[in-house]
Amino acid sequence: MIPLTEEQQMLQAMVRRMAREKLKPRAAEIDNTGEFPWDIVELFRENGLFGIHFPEEYGGSGGGVVDLCLAVEEVAQGCSDAAVILAGQALGSKLILLSGSEEQKRKYLPRIASGEFIPAFALTEPGAGSDNVSMQSRAVRDGDYYVINGRKIFITHADVADIFTLFAKTDPEKKARGISAFIINKGTPGLGIGKIEKKMAHKGNHACEVILEDVRVPRENLVGAEGEGFMEAMKILTTSRPVTAARAVGLAQVALDEAVAYAKTRVQFGQPIAKFQGIQFMLADMAIKVEAARQLVYNAAFLADRDYKSKEAQRASSMAKCFATDTAMQVTCDAVQVFGGYGYMREYPVERLMREAKVTQIVEGTNQVQRVVIARALLED
Amino acid sequence: MQIAVCLKQTFDTEAKIKLTGDGQIDSAGVNLIINPYDEFAVEEALRLKEKLGGEVVVVSVGPAQVQESVRQALAMGADRAVLVSDPAVAPSDHSQVAAVLAKVLQSEPFDLILSGWVAIDDNAAQVPARLAEKLNLPQVNMAVKIEIGGGKATVTREAEGATEIVEVPLPAIITAQKGLNEPRYPSLKGIMQAKKKELKLLTAADLGAELGASQVKILQYSLPPARQAGKKIEGEPVDSARELARLLREEAKVI
Ligand SMILES: Cc1cc2nc3c(=O)[nH]c(=O)nc-3n(C[C@H](O)[C@H](O)[C@H](O)COP(=O)(O)OP(=O)(O)OC[C@H]3O[C@@H](n4cnc5c(N)ncnc54)[C@H](O)[C@@H]3O)c2cc1C
Repeated sequence: MIPLTEEQQMLQAMVRRMAREKLKPRAAEIDNTGEFPWDIVELFRENGLFGIHFPEEYGGSGGGVVDLCLAVEEVAQGCSDAAVILAGQALGSKLILLSGSEEQKRKYLPRIASGEFIPAFALTEPGAGSDNVSMQSRAVRDGDYYVINGRKIFITHADVADIFTLFAKTDPEKKARGISAFIINKGTPGLGIGKIEKKMAHKGNHACEVILEDVRVPRENLVGAEGEGFMEAMKILTTSRPVTAARAVGLAQVALDEAVAYAKTRVQFGQPIAKFQGIQFMLADMAIKVEAARQLVYNAAFLADRDYKSKEAQRASSMAKCFATDTAMQVTCDAVQVFGGYGYMREYPVERLMREAKVTQIVEGTNQVQRVVIARALLED
Repeated sequence: MQIAVCLKQTFDTEAKIKLTGDGQIDSAGVNLIINPYDEFAVEEALRLKEKLGGEVVVVSVGPAQVQESVRQALAMGADRAVLVSDPAVAPSDHSQVAAVLAKVLQSEPFDLILSGWVAIDDNAAQVPARLAEKLNLPQVNMAVKIEIGGGKATVTREAEGATEIVEVPLPAIITAQKGLNEPRYPSLKGIMQAKKKELKLLTAADLGAELGASQVKILQYSLPPARQAGKKIEGEPVDSARELARLLREEAKVI
């Protein structure tokens, strides 16, 4: 493990305790009600967790990707829905932080860092998922404004968001370099929230359709230069993939802990099932994977903090995301196996963990796409 | 308002205590925390400071690792700390610990001294009373509510299933009971600031504390006996009720 500073250790201890006392007791309830947990937003606000990765001059506490990963991993061990809130906030604001103008940073970041503003990240479209570049949304210059039309889907927090980082084509002739990024405020005329999806897990965090009909956005809300937004965003994912990966590590860790505890108490054939080598080897394999994933994640986070644009950081971030989220899927699935039939029942937490793990393999570039990227780098001359 | 909080580091309430081969408490891998009752005291001090102004000073006695817990109190919002770290002070000797704390608390004026009523490790509840005696201050134990005004503290305390309201002149020593408040988490800003705050490390000699030889010797630690499996009485209700009554009288000896 990369060495942690005293502050990072305190942060980890604080969030671990918060997860145990305040988040874990809410996890199953949020899964049942499907309501966005404003109480958890308030808890994070009170304790400054939304400011972890922002510089002090923008109201944050000056931490980086490593700090955010530490917090998200601990939060995920208590409640994965809560981890989505923290990780989603980072994704929704990173472009402003890393590519925004000074004016944009001063205007938005302090309010995001305090938790007053919830941001959303709107890239995916019905016809453009992994192949983002084929997006249809259009932004057309009209004097000091851009007029945006289009449709986005699966946009996390769109229904509660105060601002959107949204991508649209400014030059449809060009591919990736024809896509620009915009900051759009909630309530802008023409911006509508459509269907809210019913989904497998993370039911407290809604994935929504976003509809844009002649949405007029002032030019000053363009993030980065025209045609650069998407290219910048792709680089910035190097800083957010480790965070999703840290969420996966947290999920895998709880699944392992639950499995170990259950194996010690469940008695079959006259002894705890933990005495069977078949179970022991499963638990050992789960532990090995969780630990390997954790090491990859913090290495990737460390490299992203050092220079997120470096090839090394990009590669590490894809590897960490791919491995940690695949690990979360396997380990949560194995945890259900260790629990047997009880694991399949809602009364125990492991079936929920398994449902929660699944999405981490899909978002922020599916794991197939991560492999494509890793292989491309391997094979390039 | 100058408030001192006496704080002890203890094992995590969730920790499973084991003994080493030579009968000592095995501290390997055990998480250390602020004694939960002392944490109530820290929180109360911070709330009083927020209301009345002044300063919160954390005072502790123990090995160097106690710095972690002291820093946590600083991250919660305490202003500075004094830690007496001295192998000559036996942690199990409450008279020595109280003597050292008394020296620290005499070295500057305090209007109020807070602590937990008991530490969850040795459950002795000795130090605050000894401290009150040494400092010749009034003491109120097991507070669930504290109000300060007009140079006095009005304290609601737990007393054998009832509550009692006590008034004492300040300075005084008040100990915290569960229910006094819900301690805050150290905020992120607090964590970043904690390292910049003063943490004075002292020895007993620095304070001129006369310790003498420790009067307490720990002879042996033993774990509580493992819980026995329960007994299941089977059969027809008439027979099993009779059997239950017999067992309650003859084995459990409760009826
Ligand atoms: C719960 C949830 C929340 C989301 N939140 C957001 C959000 O906040 N903002 C946002 O913009 N998006 C969000 N998304 C969208 C998400 O990023 C996309 O779902 C993801 O990028 C995949 O796109 P797709 O669903 O269109 O799948 P497709 O791209 O259609 O992929 C289908 C399958 O084909 C595979 N595939 C595609 N291309 C290749 C290839 N070249 N080689 C091999 N295999 C390939 C994929 O790996 C996948 O298995 C969210 C999705 C979910 C499920």
